[in-house]
Parts: sequence; C-alpha cells; structure tokens
Amino acid sequence: MKHGFFGGIHPDDGKRYSAASPITPLPPPAQVVIPVSMHIGAPCKPVVQKGDKVKLGQLIAETTGFVAAPIHSSVSGTVAAVEPRLHPNGQKVMSIVIDNDGLDTPDESIRSHKEELEADPHALLELVKAGGIVGMGGATFPTHVKISSGLGKVDTMIVNAAECEPYITADQRILMEQPDQVLGGIRYLMRMLDLPEAVLAVEGNKPDAIAGLKKRLTPGCGIRLHVLRTRYPQGAEKQLIQSVTGRQVPPGGLPADVACIVFNAFTCWSVNCLVEEGMPSIQRVVTVSGPGVAAPSNFLCRVGTPVSALVEAAGGLKDDVDKVLLGGPMMGNAIFDLSVPVIKGTNAVLGLMPEQNRAAEDPVCIRCGRCVAACPMHLQPLYLYAAERKGEIPELERLHITDCIECGCCAYVCPGRLQLVQAFKDGKVQVKNKK
Amino acid sequence: MDQEKEKQKLLSISVSPHIRSDEGTRSIMLDVLIALVPALGVSAYMFGFRAILVTLVSCAACVFFEWAYRKLLKKPQSIGNLSAMVTGTLLAYCLPVIIPLWILIIGDFFAIVVVKELFGGLGKNFMNPALAGRAFLFSWPVAMNTWMVPLSYTGFFHLSTADAVTHATPLAEMSSGKLPEGVTLLQSFLGQVGGSLGEVSTFALLLGAIYLLIRRVITLHIPLSFLLTAAVLSFLFPQGNDHFLWTAWQLCSGGVILGALFMANDYATSPVNPRAQIVYGVGCGLLTVFIRRFGAYAEGVSYAILIMNATVWLLDKAFPPKRFGAVREKKGKEAAK
Repeated sequence: MKHGFFGGIHPDDGKRYSAASPITPLPPPAQVVIPVSMHIGAPCKPVVQKGDKVKLGQLIAETTGFVAAPIHSSVSGTVAAVEPRLHPNGQKVMSIVIDNDGLDTPDESIRSHKEELEADPHALLELVKAGGIVGMGGATFPTHVKISSGLGKVDTMIVNAAECEPYITADQRILMEQPDQVLGGIRYLMRMLDLPEAVLAVEGNKPDAIAGLKKRLTPGCGIRLHVLRTRYPQGAEKQLIQSVTGRQVPPGGLPADVACIVFNAFTCWSVNCLVEEGMPSIQRVVTVSGPGVAAPSNFLCRVGTPVSALVEAAGGLKDDVDKVLLGGPMMGNAIFDLSVPVIKGTNAVLGLMPEQNRAAEDPVCIRCGRCVAACPMHLQPLYLYAAERKGEIPELERLHITDCIECGCCAYVCPGRLQLVQAFKDGKVQVKNKK
Repeated sequence: MDQEKEKQKLLSISVSPHIRSDEGTRSIMLDVLIALVPALGVSAYMFGFRAILVTLVSCAACVFFEWAYRKLLKKPQSIGNLSAMVTGTLLAYCLPVIIPLWILIIGDFFAIVVVKELFGGLGKNFMNPALAGRAFLFSWPVAMNTWMVPLSYTGFFHLSTADAVTHATPLAEMSSGKLPEGVTLLQSFLGQVGGSLGEVSTFALLLGAIYLLIRRVITLHIPLSFLLTAAVLSFLFPQGNDHFLWTAWQLCSGGVILGALFMANDYATSPVNPRAQIVYGVGCGLLTVFIRRFGAYAEGVSYAILIMNATVWLLDKAFPPKRFGAVREKKGKEAAK
C-alpha cells in the first residue's frame, strides 16, 4: 500500500552534521528561565513567588483553560524572579526564573505510574494532562487535548518520526539510542486509545535508526514500521496522514476527522518517561547543528536552559554565521538574542550561513509555476501572493489562504525569491481581522 | 565576551524559510539559452555564419532596449536575469535567416518595449514577446517570406543576402495539400530544409528540450499535449494518402517543435496549474492545425500560441488544483441538507 503527497521539495537534508553525534546530557545551568507559555493555547498562571523553594518536577504554573499544559520546574532551587523575559517568539513573556541549587531534589509527586496504568490504561489521559506533555515536534499542541479529540473516533495511530526538516537529528538519535523508551510510550498511548496497532513512520534517510527498529518490530508486535520517502514536508501532520493512509484531512479539520491521530516520536518518549519515572515534561533532546556551528551535536537538556549554553557546548558559532534558528530551516524562528531559553517545542538550534538565505532585493514573479508544483496543500502561491500584495481579502479567501501550512516549499523553490510565506502570514491575519 | 555580544547583535532575522534552492531566474534563463545552442549550431551549418550574426544582433538589441527603457524610466535594471537574451534568441529563431537586420531590430524593439516592458517587465507580459515581435514583422511580408536554400552559401562568412533564393518551404508545399518533394523526412528532421533560422532542426531542438527536462526547467504538460493534439489531428485528417507520413511531416516542419518546446511553455505567458496547462496545450495544437489547414498563412504555430496566450488567466481560474481534503461526497451531503 503506497501513498504519497503532492508537491514537496528535496533540499539537502544536512543530517550528516550531527547524525553520528550521541545524545549528550547537558549539565543543568545555574539558572533556568521557564516561560509560562510553551504550548498552543492559554498561557499558564504562575503558582510560585520570588523566594519560594522549588523541587525538580514541581508544578510551578497551572493551566487556565482546557487547551493548555501545566509547567513544572526543570531544576531544584529558589525562585529568583517571576517577571517578563524574552521568549523565543521574540516577545517578552511572563517567566519563572529559578536559581539552580544543583541538587536535583525530586518533588514528592515524582513516582512511577506503571502499576496504576496496568490496572487502568485510560488513567493515562489525566497523567498526560498533569504532566504538561505537548507535541514535542515543535507544534506544542497539548497532548491531552489531542487524545481527547481522538478518543473513540480513531482507527489509526501514527507516530511521527519523519523528521523531514533539514539538519535536525533529535528524533533520529532517540530512536537509535533509546528505542525501547519510545516504543514503550507508543504502547501506553495505544492502550489509552484502545488501538491494537500503531504505525511508526520514519523517513528513509535514517538507515541506522530503521535497522535498529526493524530488529525490534517483529510482525505481530502491534507496531508497524513505515519507511517514508525522503521528501519535505513528509512530517507535516496532514501530509504524513496522507502518506501513511491515503486520507486527506478536510479543510479546517482535525486528524480525528479522518480517524487518525499523530504523535511525535519524542512525545512518546516523554510519555514513557512520565509513566515509568513520573517525570513531567521538563527536558528534551535538542540538535545543535548547521554549517554555522563549530561542533554540531545532540544534547539532552532541561527546559529553560539558555540557548547560549547549548551553542557553547557545541563549540560556539562560527564568525561569519548569519542566523541562529530555533527549529528547522524551513519553519523555524530566527532569534536575535541567544539568552532565550529552550522551551518544550525546541527541537533544534541551528546556525546558518549568509549564502543559504539567497534573498533578493527586487523579487520578481516569473510565473514559472514551481510554487504550484511544490505546494503540498494544492494551493496557488503565486496568485495568493498577488492577491495579498493588492490587499484583496475576498480573493485570498477564494484561493483558500487558510489551508496554507506555512511549510515554505513555495518560497524555497521560487526562482524570483518572493517572500511568499511572509505574505501568507500577513494575509491570514488580514483575513482573520476582517471576520 | 565583548566579541560574543558583538556577534549576537549582528544576527539576522527574517521569516521562514531560511534556506532557498540555488535555482534562480538567471540560472533558469541560462539553461534555456544553453538548450537553444544546438539549434543554432545546425542553423549555422545549414545557412552559414549569418545565422549566428542574426541571433547575436537580436540578443544585443533586446538587451539594449530593456536596459535603455529601464534606465529612462528609472526602474531597477533587469538585464542580469538573461530573459532579454532568451527573447532575442527566440525572435531570431522564428525569422528567415536573410531577414534584413533593421527589420530584425524593429522586431526586437516591439518585443521588448511594447510587449514586455510596457506591461511591467518579466512575468507581467501576457503575450510571448518573441512571437508578438514576429507577428508585428509581418508588416514586411516579403522579407518574412524569403527563405534561403540550406547549404547554398558560397562561403561560411559570406554575409550578403543578394544570392538568397526564394524557396518554397516544405510547409508551404503542404499548405497546398501535398507532401513536400525533393527533400526527405530525415533531412527535415535533422534540419536540411528551408525555414526559419532556429526551427529547421527538429533533432537539435529535441536535444535542447531533453536538457531542459533533465534540469527540470520545463515539464511535459504543455509540449506533450500540444504535440499530441497536433499529431492526432494531422493523423485523422491527412491531405494525401499516407496518414503516418503526413503526420510526421506536419510535426517536423515549420515551428511546431520550436513552438511546443520553447515558446508555448514560456513561463510568463502559459498557465501555472497542471490541468490548465494541458487544456492550453491542446488548444495550441488545435489552433495550429486549424490555421495551417484553413488559414491564409502556411504557418499556424505562432498565431495559435498568441491566441492561447490571451486565454491563460481564464484557464488558470477555470482549472485550479483540487483543494486538499475537499471531498465530493461532502458537497452532496451539504446539498442534501
């Protein structure tokens, strides 16, 4: 059964920089900065004050709505401040600053939940909700909301280890080094959803990880390995569902509308960690890579660690580095200040060189149609761009601008170097404001 | 530490994506020029150095007109993207080799200034500049219908047009309803026939098109639907007895190959949506055969393409890509409600 998705691109995957680097635990920093907004949804409300003693894994900010994930301390120590700090999104966001005492004294709540789950696999939902687990692939959608939306509607669970963004090797390394933990998390989620089978989807450019998984995933074990064609954006949720099942999520719909649910591989690892050790979402694997980084590596680091500490651990930036990104080169954010913290969704810190950007002073559309051929959402980027430039909001809607997933394929292939994604982000805001 | 701070200050920020393909407008136009070289080589062999001279003069004139227009109007210069060179080459390719140079330069002016720049430059023009330039030059019908016999030059660098022979091209013979005489199909395929400068050698043009396909500069949607439509119609309605020969001659003569592979699929003046491209190609093929059969001119390719150019906006609107996730049943359900 072979399915695929329309369009997409095949950039240099850049995995060679860091694919061979084992995940190194990064010592927790002297101070962590934990923003109260690390997920899609309502920001959390801090429940600690300056001067409070906190322990590792202790709840420090609680949710204020259903679509949200609580936040826990990633070190033990003393709260130094609760104040707005620079967030990776470029704005100042309320953050909890904690001075690390270096002891990692665990909170009393940290204990294995294995036995509870054996008695009642459905207890996982509350556990995941309390553990603050979000989509670790970068989207940071609260996992408990996802589970709730899919309960009873889903016949296919897909684990996303496509890792189609260039350079990033975090999922690849965790699948190579700790496959049992990832598979364990997958099994807990399968039982939660009462599914007999799950599909683990990996892009074909990770032969080491695939070889290791093949040994473990014998037929009948309940988890099926699906090797995907290496093509960006293979790991985008809608495209992944299409590749694995042939189903297309309807416009504005959710995966549950086509009876699918997708979890990132590292989310599964985090679920396993939560169940077996009781540790909430306070750490993650981050790839520090790219041609602008001296010694590309993969690190396991605490949430709240400053990006500068990661960059330093990877040998620092090269002198002529142009941009530092959080996330992949196709969809990641460029940051201007390395003091921002790693948050739950930060899967990579990349240093890029000036020549990779190829911006033009005078971008011109030559109507080559490559954007149409590359768009995995079947849009017509050149006409969307023209409509946005003219401020024609009805035309933007007619051309389905809200279907755009901002994957960047159109801008990547554009020979005229139009800033297409920027125009679509602006266009979406215009369409939203009009309503 | 100071150094580090300095570095942080200088980090660039921009909206994603942060990497881009190395293929730009310039590299694409360069590929097209490379793909057109074999045809020029064959033409120079058949018609002498004048083929190269005409092409170079045409390129130079196009580049000059684009530069001068943008200079006068204080617009950013665009000659660096090489598209003016492509227009110059293609216009030269669809004219007789012995075209007087002053007529050629008028055509270049019309193509670049009137058709391309007055509409806003590359990507904004709605008609193929080279073909519109050619159409304009039919104001000089005699010059546009004086063909040189291949391999008739006395010396390679002999540039005089005095010994040009008015010579019936295979296409002209076919428009009177019979297969060409005195020339074999193989000669026509390789380029030893009368005709416009760059259109004579089907073989050389195919070679160039294969290069463009490998480099992914062009796709098959337009060329294939154009050629298949022309082939099927020629096969169904031949003049003379032999269906196959008639079809082969129709495809190897005149500008069908040059038009289908290098002109109908000109980016700016063809649809971008795949289904629209196929309809457009079919339209080009239909009109070509129709004009050749019933029109006053022997050649129908350039007018067929120009007419279809005018329908591009409509075709793109009428045949958009199918929306992701849009299911037909759902429409039915909504209608039922």
